Amino acid sequence: MEIPILKIDNCLVVSIQGSLSDTAALDLQESLARDISQQEPVGVLVDLTAVEIVDSFVAKVLGDISSMSKLMGVDVVVTGIQPGVAITLIELGITLGGILNLQKGIDLLRASCK
Amino acid sequence: MESMQEINVYLKNDFDIVAARQAVRNVSKSMGFGLVDQTRITTAISELARNIVLYAGEGSIYLRVINNGLRKGIEILASDDGPGIVDIKLAMQDGYTTSRGLGTGLPGTKRLMDEFSIKSSLGEGTQVIVRKWLR
Repeated sequence: MEIPILKIDNCLVVSIQGSLSDTAALDLQESLARDISQQEPVGVLVDLTAVEIVDSFVAKVLGDISSMSKLMGVDVVVTGIQPGVAITLIELGITLGGILNLQKGIDLLRASCK
Repeated sequence: MESMQEINVYLKNDFDIVAARQAVRNVSKSMGFGLVDQTRITTAISELARNIVLYAGEGSIYLRVINNGLRKGIEILASDDGPGIVDIKLAMQDGYTTSRGLGTGLPGTKRLMDEFSIKSSLGEGTQVIVRKWLR
């Protein structure tokens, strides 16, 4: 199932739901690359509020999405990580830098997306 | 009665990894594990399930409720007949990977669970047993 990528103002918004399969994660990365190239947004927001688990593979893909978007000249904000997911990621030994709450993420993007 | 509860998940692709996560999430939730522990256990199983699909191609996850007389817990056996792990000590090191992953799967799983044991024979397969006890 493809994860919808929405366009709001000059930004792309992705809300990931539930449990992400490896294939879905990789598909999202490719779709985002395509959409960034075609739509030339100024920012990308990836919201994890509804994500119940982030394991090492999904964490790697999220990091890759972030690096890839930056490489394409786009600001990325990742928002809404659940407390249990944050604790688990730290114990797994993974640091995903710069995750914000959704409101802060939106504020940050709004500043550049207008 | 509860000690009889057993669930097996056969794994051969990444959709089965999602199914294994769901199964262990449901069992740990019904056992009364808190949300953070549910996430720890589910994440650990996701790592073990992926290792099976990635390195062995196929295998199984067996979940069961256990009881040591004092506490209830969940035990997960991840088993495959794959090529086995050449150097377990190395595989347990943070950052070591043979698959371009982050190299946090096995050592991370150990940290997420209360008990961890691994047995692997070259050409015969790998068995990992992890347990988490209800607090």
